[in-house]
Amino acid sequence: MNKAIIQIKDLTISFSGNEILKGVSLDIGEGEYVSIIGPNGAGKTTLIKCIAGIYSDWKGAIQIDDQPYAKLTSRDLARLQSYVPQAEGRTNPLTVEEFVATGRYPHLSAFTSMKQADYQAVDHALELAGLTDLRKRKIATLSGGERQMAFIAAALAQETKILLLDEPSTFLDYRHQANVAGLLKSACRENGITVIAVHHDINTASECSDRIHAIKEGRLAFSGTAEETLNPELLKTIYETDFTTTPSPHRPLPFVSLGGQP
Amino acid sequence: MKRSLISLGALLVLALATLLLSPLFGMEFIPLNATGQEKEILFGIRMPRVFCAFSAGAMLALSGMSFQALFRNPLATPFTLGVSSGAALGAAIFIRFGLAFSILGMSGTSMAAFVGALLSILLVYGLTKLKGGFSTPTLLLSGIAISFFFSSLILFIQYISGLTHSFRIVHWMMGTLSTADFPKLWNLLPFLGVGGLLLAFLHREMNLFMVGEDIAISRGVNTGLVKKLIFLAASLMVGGVVAICGPIGFVGMMSPHICRLLIGADHRFLTPATFLFGGIFLTLCDTLTRVLSGWSGGAELPVGVLTALLGGPFFILLLLNRKGGLDL
Repeated sequence: MNKAIIQIKDLTISFSGNEILKGVSLDIGEGEYVSIIGPNGAGKTTLIKCIAGIYSDWKGAIQIDDQPYAKLTSRDLARLQSYVPQAEGRTNPLTVEEFVATGRYPHLSAFTSMKQADYQAVDHALELAGLTDLRKRKIATLSGGERQMAFIAAALAQETKILLLDEPSTFLDYRHQANVAGLLKSACRENGITVIAVHHDINTASECSDRIHAIKEGRLAFSGTAEETLNPELLKTIYETDFTTTPSPHRPLPFVSLGGQP
Repeated sequence: MKRSLISLGALLVLALATLLLSPLFGMEFIPLNATGQEKEILFGIRMPRVFCAFSAGAMLALSGMSFQALFRNPLATPFTLGVSSGAALGAAIFIRFGLAFSILGMSGTSMAAFVGALLSILLVYGLTKLKGGFSTPTLLLSGIAISFFFSSLILFIQYISGLTHSFRIVHWMMGTLSTADFPKLWNLLPFLGVGGLLLAFLHREMNLFMVGEDIAISRGVNTGLVKKLIFLAASLMVGGVVAICGPIGFVGMMSPHICRLLIGADHRFLTPATFLFGGIFLTLCDTLTRVLSGWSGGAELPVGVLTALLGGPFFILLLLNRKGGLDL
């Protein structure tokens, strides 16, 4: 693993008496693509939101770029990492361009307006996400896939070292799944951005990840490379259902499907 | 962006024209070059009234806009959150007990209404916070609950009041600009200055709140502080207007909607547009009440009655035509 850019120690958080995370400790290497998997209600989203600074009343310690969270203002944190939330329940009356420009927020003060560099960052993000032609459109009129690209573009315009995503390809059709995966992969491989994504689909997760962390009932169940993780017995321990692996002609890793061996 | 700038320019021209021409109209038309008593009416009575109407409209519209963005809900204006009933309760208590004094040129009724407005906002804020988090449904429900409770208290006060007091309370609750004068204008302007400036600096934050609080936090917005600032700005403005002019409804809910259709949802342009539109709208409504009273020869229709009369059908129209227009 590369040098750790995020170090989480004993992260615990409760909501109205319910412990959602129960002492999670893990390190995330700089420039790596890391997936978080686990069953519904395991605490994946909660973990991402703790890292993103959205939840702040946790116990334990999180360090980012060697700095503890307590020392960082919300603006400092937003210059280090950006966040793409789950797709459900988004309403957004802005145009694509206006929304992507919100990514520049941590780089601006109340008394300055967008500079050349800010406009360039917005243009660049739009281009990467393939949204240049749609920039004047209202987000509300886009398809689910285009909308997801707009949310990722806004996070890219934030120009952070770390990109957090909560189920970036859920609810998308195949082409848009491929687009999102390609965009994230190139952000990670070509620009050295650390990508941390919650994935529901184990094949998507394994395809691009350097490392996978599996969470169950608020605890880290296991961590490993994609190869180590694609193991029916291991997966059964978190999802409580049977899996089969089949060799795939298209990729070095086997393909996981639901159901036991016949 | 170009289109937004053009629309904004058009609104600015319209606003200037409204401010310049509205004083000429009233029970009788008075030309700009009038002399003597007519000149006195034009510059001493109608002009301050027009400027009062413009500032009040602008403030109502801005407070509505900021709350709609903050709570991501087209219905979450200070009025729906119980401000008008709070102000009315303050005024009703004051009128009922026949107290009379003034501080810094502001009448006792206005002071009481202002306190009532701020108290109702604080109460709704507190109730929502008590329930944990800041969920919009909780906020709207507590606003409605407070509104109903205060309204019944007002009814109770009217019940135990004599006819004169009761009539004064009802009349106050209609909202009027007919008594607007220079002292009232000087009372209104500080609210507009403080509230308007605060919101002008918070346009990026309002954009981010509008797309979601989680995203706002992740972009580095100090959401706790900004929420309080927006609350402060909107409460000051709406409290000031209601205290001085009475509860004038619907301007705050309608204006931001129309402006979003005209100019888009980016608060960099939406804020000045809403300011101008609210001002123009209320000034025109108020001018209409003056002209109508000239035609009918009767007493002036309170402008709050007119805005509500226009507001109801307008809302139904929006509802029937909704193509994302109503959805914030």
